[in-house]
Amino acid sequence: MIRVEGLTKYYNDLCAVDQISFDISKGEIMGLLGPNGAGKTTTLQMLTGFLRPTSGSIRVKDYNIDEHSLQIKKLLGYLPESAPLYHDMLVYDYLDYVANIRGINSSKKISRIRYLADLCGIIEVMHKPIGELSKGFKQRVGLAHAMMNDPEILVFDEPTSGLDPNQIIEIRDIIKQIGKEKTIILSTHILSEAEATCDRIVIINQGKIVADDSTEALKQSVKGKNLINISLENVGFESVKQQLLTIDGIEDIVQVNEDNGILNLKLTCRSSADIRGDIYRNIRQTDWILLEIHQEAQTLEKIFRKLTREN
Amino acid sequence: MRQSIHIFKKEFRAYFLSPIAYIVISVFLLITGWFFFTTFFLYNQASLRNFFSLLPIIFSFVVPAVTMRLFSEELNIGSYETLLTMPVTFLDVVLGKYLASVAFITVMLIPTLAYPITVSFLGQLDWGPVTGGYIGAVLLGASFCAIGLFSSSITRNQIIAFIIGMAICFSLVLIDKMLFFLPRISLSFFEYLGADYHFKNISKGIIDSRDILYFLSISFIGLYSTHLVLQEKN
Repeated sequence: MIRVEGLTKYYNDLCAVDQISFDISKGEIMGLLGPNGAGKTTTLQMLTGFLRPTSGSIRVKDYNIDEHSLQIKKLLGYLPESAPLYHDMLVYDYLDYVANIRGINSSKKISRIRYLADLCGIIEVMHKPIGELSKGFKQRVGLAHAMMNDPEILVFDEPTSGLDPNQIIEIRDIIKQIGKEKTIILSTHILSEAEATCDRIVIINQGKIVADDSTEALKQSVKGKNLINISLENVGFESVKQQLLTIDGIEDIVQVNEDNGILNLKLTCRSSADIRGDIYRNIRQTDWILLEIHQEAQTLEKIFRKLTREN
Repeated sequence: MRQSIHIFKKEFRAYFLSPIAYIVISVFLLITGWFFFTTFFLYNQASLRNFFSLLPIIFSFVVPAVTMRLFSEELNIGSYETLLTMPVTFLDVVLGKYLASVAFITVMLIPTLAYPITVSFLGQLDWGPVTGGYIGAVLLGASFCAIGLFSSSITRNQIIAFIIGMAICFSLVLIDKMLFFLPRISLSFFEYLGADYHFKNISKGIIDSRDILYFLSISFIGLYSTHLVLQEKN
């Protein structure tokens, strides 16, 4: 669907994006992750035809961005960071204007605007000036703007930045809903967001790709020591420690807290092997009550920090 | 081309959504009305020559105020990005915005038709120079709009856009008043550069292709430079 090769952008002497290459297939939700100033926005702006790359090529379907940027723009819907829109216009007028520019014929226009207003939850603000809207509503108007022509590819630049937790969840739900049938590229620096919404993650740092894999594979790739949390009842810390340390693979046991006779422990393992079975079998021989056993997943956060803090 | 019509409509309506349009029109009418009628009765002539002779100076303040927001505002709030990622070409954007400002200037001139109508009751008004004057005013406004559009495209600050636009328009108006200081050989060249010189010809009722060509070339240079600036930004 989209093929990016050797994409490079210089701002005068500053290299913002350095030799980036990736492919995106149809129906994929790709997350572009990176610290601030990594070149996420610049990459997206080149993809959407707003900036011209210094070198490298972008192909969307069969179109090359140098020659057919107009055709590519027709296939794309783009929501820039913090949804910059005309403050004086009414929401309805704005969407009407976008529909006109997008070449939606007037018979379908009203139903399309109504559909998008419903999808993005902006029906109650249709007749307010955009400048008076809260940030969450502005973002939704931006979403409606991006989806106006029912594009095959949607590009969102930090769609949830600056929103409150409720709004973040609402926007994410909208993105997931449309992600079922569209190809989506979204940039973010919120890792849980990428983890929750994306099939695939590309991490860039200082203009270079440092990781590019499916979300699951990426989590697998950085293996360290596993941590296992267990909660036990009907037993004291010292005896647990004595017995569990006999299991092969457990390096250390720490008491997190004790609450109403429930003992919460954190076990550090020597390797990444899953030893929850061994622990269970061991506890089964005793009269302790096992309330909870849970292995901490490798979070993206650790991977992200590891990849972006080098040099 | 269809895109530029949509942009034109949107920009033209945008003038009347904010108070700018009403303020600019009121100030324009107030200034022209005041300067025209305070001296009108002294001359004891039924002509609009006074009104038209003031127009280039007044336009060089008013037109940049009208055009200053066209690009600067978009660059400042970032909507320029949403605009350019829609399927539009630079030409669509430049033409749409330019035509909107020219249309606004034309609308602004309509209330001043009250002057010739009033004067025609007071005496024998020659409609030839008046018609020429209005054609010239629109041409002059159009070429100043192109200059204003250019100055708006180079900065995201509306005040800077206004000052640059005003400086260029003002120099074009005053250049043929400064001929006194210039070497004799270059006189006709600088006279030809002056917007006032060409406007004066038209407002006498003489519609000469040279004058029309002058205004059209100023507009073209302004629009072409704007186009170049936009391409450079990309």
